[in-house]
Amino acid sequence: MAATAVTTAALGDAPPPRRQRLLEDERKLAFLLLLPTMLLLGLFIAYPFVRGIVLSVTDSRVGVPGDFVGLENYRRLWSDSIFRQSVYNTFLYTGVTTVFKLGLGLWLAILLNRSFRGKAFTRAFILLPFIIPTVLSTFAWKWMFDPTFSVLNWLLYRLGAITGRINWLGDPDLAMISIMVVNIWRGVPFFAISLLAGLQTISPELSEAAAIDGARPWKRFWYVTWPLLLPVTMVVVLFSVIQTFADFQIVYVMTGGGPANATHLFATYAYQIGVGTGLLSQGAAISLAMFPILFLIVVVQLLYIRRVEVR
Amino acid sequence: MARISRRRFVQLSATGTVAAKAGGIAGILASGSAPAYAQGSTVHWLRWNDFVPASDQLLRKDLLPEAQKALGMKITFETVNANDLQPRITSAIQSGAGPDLIMLNNNHPQLYAESLVDLTDLVETLGKAEGGHYPLVRANSNDGRRWLSMPWAIIGGMIAYRKSWFAEEGANTFPETWEAYREVGKRLKAKGRPIGQTLGHTFGDAPTFSYPLLWSFGGKEVEADGRTVVINTKETVDSVNFMTAFWKDAHDEGGLAWDDTNNNRAFLSQTISATLNGASIYIESLRNPNKYLDAAGKPLKDDILHAPLPKGPAGQFSMHTYHSHVLPRYSKNQAAAKQFLQWAHSRPVYERWFISQKGFATPCTSQWEEHKLWGEDPVMAPYKVAGRLGRAPGYAGPSGAKAAEVLSKYIITDMYAKAVQGMPAAEAVAWAETELKRVYG
Repeated sequence: MAATAVTTAALGDAPPPRRQRLLEDERKLAFLLLLPTMLLLGLFIAYPFVRGIVLSVTDSRVGVPGDFVGLENYRRLWSDSIFRQSVYNTFLYTGVTTVFKLGLGLWLAILLNRSFRGKAFTRAFILLPFIIPTVLSTFAWKWMFDPTFSVLNWLLYRLGAITGRINWLGDPDLAMISIMVVNIWRGVPFFAISLLAGLQTISPELSEAAAIDGARPWKRFWYVTWPLLLPVTMVVVLFSVIQTFADFQIVYVMTGGGPANATHLFATYAYQIGVGTGLLSQGAAISLAMFPILFLIVVVQLLYIRRVEVR
Repeated sequence: MARISRRRFVQLSATGTVAAKAGGIAGILASGSAPAYAQGSTVHWLRWNDFVPASDQLLRKDLLPEAQKALGMKITFETVNANDLQPRITSAIQSGAGPDLIMLNNNHPQLYAESLVDLTDLVETLGKAEGGHYPLVRANSNDGRRWLSMPWAIIGGMIAYRKSWFAEEGANTFPETWEAYREVGKRLKAKGRPIGQTLGHTFGDAPTFSYPLLWSFGGKEVEADGRTVVINTKETVDSVNFMTAFWKDAHDEGGLAWDDTNNNRAFLSQTISATLNGASIYIESLRNPNKYLDAAGKPLKDDILHAPLPKGPAGQFSMHTYHSHVLPRYSKNQAAAKQFLQWAHSRPVYERWFISQKGFATPCTSQWEEHKLWGEDPVMAPYKVAGRLGRAPGYAGPSGAKAAEVLSKYIITDMYAKAVQGMPAAEAVAWAETELKRVYG
């Protein structure tokens, strides 16, 4: 006690410098620490977003600032058949690929959660599709789906499964399936590794206790593992949906939105109109049309995650 | 690393500069830095990856070093995929920084008119000296008031076909009409030798096929006023119906996903019998006569001929890919860029580039029709007059910004692509009409 009094007295003689006092205020310190992040977010997220909104309510073209036209660009979108096709494609693409990525990723995670020789190597190896730059791997896939020289066709032909060529990227439905395959191939490792991390936080004792009580493997998964894995799964699905909804690279490289706009997504169509054709305001409107839908999906998922966590 | 004070740096710089001025190479060594170019200008030149790679090599290894020496400026040469030129100019104009000279396809300069430097003086002077520019050049590069871009070359679009395979089907000369072409194509496809044609979103072979097909049946996107959309006619529907049957009967159906390179690869690997193209297929077979051999082991080059697109009920038309260079207003090196353009278009320089193209590129002025290159190889002879035969996109209206927008959105090509995918012809034409009205309306 005496020592404390002495120290306080000594400090009282020489008050800390002003800068130090500022840092001792938790609120101010927190603000200072957040400042770099806020600046980065403001510069690279908020500014382009606001600029996009401003562009979308003008008739701006490349090199021409344009005048305010209100919601005219959005009104035009309603009568744009390619836009409607892009909306449909984006939902289909996101929905189908997310289901497959979740199913395959979960399956892979459960397999990788077991003990076997070369476990560490296998875990690292399955991350390859996720590590390779998307454009690079997509070019390889483009060659595999090439209308004339497809190695897949060659393989199927050699195996006697087909007699003629499959028009992977020339047929609208097959082109959509092809880009989904590439997205699933690329996305499964992300699901697998994230869910594996989730699985490893679940105590094996819970499963063992259920086994002693006579629960079969499926029941152990459904009543023990799955409920505990659900919060992690929801977060992974949330990230994946956001990324897939705004996907650009795979479609741009594989099909360029073709054939005849059959595989355009929000991002690729916005790019074609805004950057390709130079109609910046219309391109911005297409990009922003994605925002409310994505926002709604995110809100619903976050609410669901909160409910699961509270439960 | 040795530290150097600001004062010492200024002293050294001054000494070096004086020494460099006074003492030639000794001075340069004393200054410890590379010599600055006389005018201190750098011109950044952006072009496509040429389908004749030898021409890009000529530019990189010979012509541009010569230009740097002759003009006293540094030239940065960059090439990209032709489909990426539009995204590049868009981002450059918006950010106000980028290449000083950008090559563009067809009438795309019209899309960026407000952001381009007027090149009328340069173009008119060159045109007068070389017998005048072709009308298709003017339609693409001039907005009626000024020249937006400096015409560079026309990439003639002709059908490259296998002479012997067509002869086997009784066609000793290339079919003159679309119907005759379809008949021969049908027999060729039955033998596993289909016609190859892209209907994809790609800058060259897709529109240069679909636009002339439309015109040769009497169809057009807009009236001469440039406002009244007139695509939805019996003539257009007839052309779409023809294309649907033609596609099924005679084409490689993978073409819906092709870009401008796929047909080159398919032809050279002998999976197709004919394709609309620049002369790059033939030129590649000339460059590698031992690599590309026919079934009998003879050089493929001796079995390739060129012909224009066939006639339709309303006539015979072409739309060639056209290249020109724009000088954006943001450029801080406008004078140097103009100086470089003048140099590049001077006859001795341009001629060397033209010869390296072996006829793949046709110059934009009539004087070059007399060049001896055209007499060297009869297979290339049809390309000589490509400039005279072509129509510009947007016909019957002006080839302005609206027409360029239609071209960039691939509306005419997609009209045919939708029909060959199964959409009824009338519906595909109605779709195109709606899209065209959104542009012209």
